[in-house]
Amino acid sequence: MADGLTPSQTIGPFYWGTVVSTCRADLAPLGVAGERIEVVLTLHDVDGKVIPDGLLEIWQANSHGRYNHPEDRRNLPLDAGFEGFGRASTDSGGSAHFGTVKPGRVPWPYDGGQGGGLQAAHINISVFARGVLNRLATRLYFDGDPALSEDPVLKLVEPERRGTLLASRDAKGVWRLPIHLGGVQETVFFDC
Amino acid sequence: MTQDLYRRPASGQHPPNRADGYKSTVGRSPRKPAIVLPQTLSEITGPLLAEERLDATENDLTLQRMGQPLGERIIVHGRVLDEDGKAVPNALVEIWQCNAAGRYHHSGDQHDAPLDPNFYGGGRTRADADGGYKFITVKPGAYPWGNHKNAWRPAHIHFSLFGPAFATRLITQMYFPNDPVLAYDPIYNSVPEGARHRLQAAFDMEGTQPDWALAYKFDIVLRGRNATPLES
Repeated sequence: MADGLTPSQTIGPFYWGTVVSTCRADLAPLGVAGERIEVVLTLHDVDGKVIPDGLLEIWQANSHGRYNHPEDRRNLPLDAGFEGFGRASTDSGGSAHFGTVKPGRVPWPYDGGQGGGLQAAHINISVFARGVLNRLATRLYFDGDPALSEDPVLKLVEPERRGTLLASRDAKGVWRLPIHLGGVQETVFFDC
Repeated sequence: MTQDLYRRPASGQHPPNRADGYKSTVGRSPRKPAIVLPQTLSEITGPLLAEERLDATENDLTLQRMGQPLGERIIVHGRVLDEDGKAVPNALVEIWQCNAAGRYHHSGDQHDAPLDPNFYGGGRTRADADGGYKFITVKPGAYPWGNHKNAWRPAHIHFSLFGPAFATRLITQMYFPNDPVLAYDPIYNSVPEGARHRLQAAFDMEGTQPDWALAYKFDIVLRGRNATPLES
C-alpha cells in the first residue's frame, strides 16, 4: 500500500532475465562526436574480493557537455544515437566494460549554469548487487584532468579520499576505476 | 543557494546499507556515510530510455515462449507516482521473477525445483500518461536460500524503475499480501517497520478478470520534487 516512498531492496543475484535485453555496454555508435574511450569498472567487496554478480549503470553527458534530457535546456548539440546511458553486468573478474565518448563539462549548479562555473568531466555511476540494499551512487573522474582542482563535487570530499573517484589510464589507453564497497580503499559514495 | 530539485528521503524510508540479518550486506556495505551532494545537472537528469522500443507483449510474461507457463496466472498493475501523488508518466518499468515452482531461469539458480520451459521471467513496460502500468504473469513461488538455516524467500517480483532523473532510480521488490513467510525474511525486514507494508501489493478483486486471472495492485512511489525555490 502506497502511503509514502517505496523502499529500496536488493537487485539480488538473478536479475539477468531482464537485464539481458537492455544491456548497453556500447553507448556511442559510429558517427557520435567526441573522443572514444573504453571504461572498465571493477567491483570489490569490503575484503577486496571481486564481485562477479553486480550490475553497473552509467549516465553521462555527450562530448559537448549536454545531457540528453529535458532538464538540460542549454543550447548545445545533441548527438543522434547517443543517450548517455550504459548498463552492464560484472564478469567473473568483477569488471563491467563500457565503450563511450569522453563527456564534456557540465555546469554547477543546475540553474542554467549562471555564475556556478563548470564541473570537471565525469561519469555518474549506479552500483547494484546482491547484498546491496540501496543503490550506491558514485562518480568517475579522469586522472590528470587539469579541471579536477576546481571541481565543486570533489571539493566536498576529503583530499585523501578523492583518489577513489579517479580512473587511471592503463598502457592500452583504457580508463580503469576500481569501486570498493568497503575496506581501506572504500569508494566515496554520494547521497544525491 | 540553489535548492535540490528532488526531496531527500526522511529517515525510516529505506533499509540501512548494512542489515546484519541479511548476511551478504556485511561484506558489501560502505562503512563511511555517503557524502551529501547538492543536486547538479548530473543528478536531475537521467536516462528516460524514450527511444527504447518495447514489443507489445513484453508486459505479458505468459506469452514469451511456445506455450503457457504453469502456475496461477495473475495480473499485477498499479501506478508510478511521486511523493505528492502525481503520476510519473512514461516511466520504464522492468520486472523479473522466478517461476511458479520457485526457480529462476538463471544458470546461477541451483534450487532443486523444476524449470518451466514456458517461463522466462523477465518483463518490461512503459507507464502510460497517468503513470499506469500492467503486467500479466504467474504467481512466483517461495524458494530456499543460504542466508541461515531453513531460510526462505517469500514470493516476490523484482521491480526496476528509472523515473525522471538519476536521483530517482529505484530497484525494489513487490511482495504478496499476508504472506506468512514475510515475518522470517531478513530482506523484507531490512526495511524500517513503518515503511515495510508499502512493499506488499494489495489483492484487487475489482481488477480481477473473471474466468481468467486474479489481480494485485502495486503502486510505486518515487521521490517528489521540492516546491519551487524562493529567492532569499
